[in-house]
Amino acid sequence: MANEKLIQKGLEAKARLEERAKSGFGDTSGARAKVYGCNSTSCRSAGGESVIDSFNQAVDANELSDQVRIVPTGCMGLCAKGPLVKVVIDGMEDQMFKEVEPMVARLIVAEYITPVLEGKISELPEFLKQYTLDLNSPFFASQQKIVLQNLGHINPESIDDYVDFGGYQALKKCLFEMSPQDVVNEIKESGLRGRGGGGFPTGLKWQFSHDAEGDEKFVICNGDEGDPGAYMDSGVLEGDPHAVIEGMLIAGYAQRATSGWLYIRAEYPLAIKRIENAIRQARKNRLLGDNILGSDFSFDLEVRLGAGAFVCGEETALIASIEGKRGTPRPRPPYPTESGLWKQPSSINNVETFANIAKIINMGAKEYSKIGTDKSKGTKVFALTGRVRNGGLVEVPMGMTLDEIVNQVGGGVDGDAELKAVQTGGPSGGVIPKHLLDLPVCYDELKAVGSIMGSGGMIVMDEDDSLVDIAKFYLGFTVEESCGKCAPCRIGGQQMLDKLTKIAAGDGKKQDVTDIKRIAHAMQKASLCGLGQTAPNPVLSTLKFFESEYTDKIKECCGGCACSCNKNEAAK
Amino acid sequence: MANSSPNSGTAMAVKKWKKKRGSLIMALHEIQDIKGYVPWEDAQEVAVGMGVPLARIYEVLTFYNYFKLEAPGKAVISVCLGTACHLKGNDEVLKEFEKELGVKEGTSTEDKLFHLQSVRCVGCCGLAPVVVINGKTYGKVTPSNVRSMIEEWQNNFANETDVA
Ligand SMILES: Cc1cc2nc3c(=O)[nH]c(=O)nc-3n(C[C@H](O)[C@H](O)[C@H](O)COP(=O)(O)O)c2cc1C
Ligand code: FES
Repeated sequence: MANEKLIQKGLEAKARLEERAKSGFGDTSGARAKVYGCNSTSCRSAGGESVIDSFNQAVDANELSDQVRIVPTGCMGLCAKGPLVKVVIDGMEDQMFKEVEPMVARLIVAEYITPVLEGKISELPEFLKQYTLDLNSPFFASQQKIVLQNLGHINPESIDDYVDFGGYQALKKCLFEMSPQDVVNEIKESGLRGRGGGGFPTGLKWQFSHDAEGDEKFVICNGDEGDPGAYMDSGVLEGDPHAVIEGMLIAGYAQRATSGWLYIRAEYPLAIKRIENAIRQARKNRLLGDNILGSDFSFDLEVRLGAGAFVCGEETALIASIEGKRGTPRPRPPYPTESGLWKQPSSINNVETFANIAKIINMGAKEYSKIGTDKSKGTKVFALTGRVRNGGLVEVPMGMTLDEIVNQVGGGVDGDAELKAVQTGGPSGGVIPKHLLDLPVCYDELKAVGSIMGSGGMIVMDEDDSLVDIAKFYLGFTVEESCGKCAPCRIGGQQMLDKLTKIAAGDGKKQDVTDIKRIAHAMQKASLCGLGQTAPNPVLSTLKFFESEYTDKIKECCGGCACSCNKNEAAK
Repeated sequence: MANSSPNSGTAMAVKKWKKKRGSLIMALHEIQDIKGYVPWEDAQEVAVGMGVPLARIYEVLTFYNYFKLEAPGKAVISVCLGTACHLKGNDEVLKEFEKELGVKEGTSTEDKLFHLQSVRCVGCCGLAPVVVINGKTYGKVTPSNVRSMIEEWQNNFANETDVA
């Protein structure tokens, strides 16, 4: 019988995983020196690919191939200073190089790696120090990497690398030592909440889906990453695709699902390529398909691409899109866990949520729940951008303050201007002014001040940035992306944008501000889905903290009234 | 495109996706990957081949920004208007492209060499402002770089015709 053969092959794969666990995880190449070259979209754009090529050529030319291993990796974090390269040599301090060019790559091999291996020098030559970054600086030292743990030292295109660093052990443990309900309980106990923005408890969602009955049942990964200025999910998909696959497999087992679907933005070609490659490797290694690792669990994954519609990040719209329809949301209930893809029970989680799963199983829910705060467990990945010195992809424990993230990890404002505000949550979020930067990043605290955790976009703005402009930018985005199905979002958004545009151009009236607030209220209450309900947030939160930026632009206001604009203050 | 019949890519896409669930958008992606847009004839071929009404295919094609219904220029210039790039002034870069090429965002030059469009975040926010031309990414762009970027691609195309 064909299945017996499959089971046999699966059991062999399982035995290989067990063998691997015995010898301790880590690099097995035996190379004395390792060169990790960032091969993510961002560093490749800055020339990272040719840098990696240059390392390979230089190592070959110096006949060092058996002593030096060159690993193209996922994102190392400090994207603004790419291409990044890390060099690790036995007995030496690790070195991180920034803005590396092919010429510098050749110099690193010729003047540093080679002489060190030959025992001729034992220190980094002085002239190369201008290219290094301090690995003890807060950017590297204050982060806590769980989701991004593998990024920077495994080759995302190699399943062997993933397995060498403990990959697929969590899946094996679930399949052979835990019942689906045990796994659900473990995720519940971990306190993990969805990283796609809403923060819904993942274990609870899995319980609903676990209990649901259907001819089929689906697990869906939301890789639509709609926030226009954030790339956490692309970083994870590109840098550690197997972690997402393992998370989905465990989710599939826990929820007794029949197949998994990955919905990825078409604008992320490298992420798509790497995930498809990883799926092929996983199938070959009996980690996807029938009788996974010889167990009676069968599960496979399909990739579906988005096509440039922000609303498709919303779960019911995403389901419509996978079904090959226009991506318009529908009212809930029924929730997808009751009736989702092709009317079967379906549970949707974000890429980063899935990337946490294997880590939770490996370290245990108890250990995991020690990270973070009372109600927000674990870490969060942020795409730290805007007017910040160390722009890039960072991962910090929940509960770290915004001040620490921006001023320590991020190194503060880039330039001479003062920091003004930080924006989180993208088009559904809001601004947090400088005087509130002591706020810890937790779901509930951010909500309390009118923003949201969101999926991880974090934009730093300085005194020279106009918050009216930023509000207009986000609202313009949501108006453009509104699917048009419900009137509050379609019409309200446009009306609000018109008024905002008028104000920004200096043609606004005080009444416009009042109207904006009224329209915002209606949209929040009456829109069909989260897009419309949250679209007013960027406007409301800038109004809340920076109303004078609006009123300053209103000509009719010239002192003496009750508003809080500067003209008024001056008149007093 | 070098294939024998002009629509063989489309025929293959239809064949590959026909039996799978939730595959209409994937088939359309495949066609656009090969041709740069989804021509009317190909949409018809999908309709017949996959048994989906043509109206439904156009419903989908027009809903999703990513799909193009007309042939774009040879070089597609994508100016990122994501938050990070907006904040760092990419709107000015877009304006400069519009001025230099004499076209509006979302349209192509008359000689069909360039198509100018805006996109929302290409995942290189650390390098903002970012412009992508036919898959090649340019980081930390300023309006003063625009002309040399255009010239670079004009030269690329000139060299191509020289070789041919
Ligand atoms: C307009 C809109 C856009 C959204 N975009 C995304 C997105 O890009 N990625 C994502 O994971 N979730 C997005 N969500 C949230 C999803 O609907 C859903 O809650 C989430 O994928 C669930 O996964 P999680 O519980 O793991 O966060 C969006 C929601 C709305 C209303
Ligand atoms: S905002 Fe332009 S690359 Fe992200």
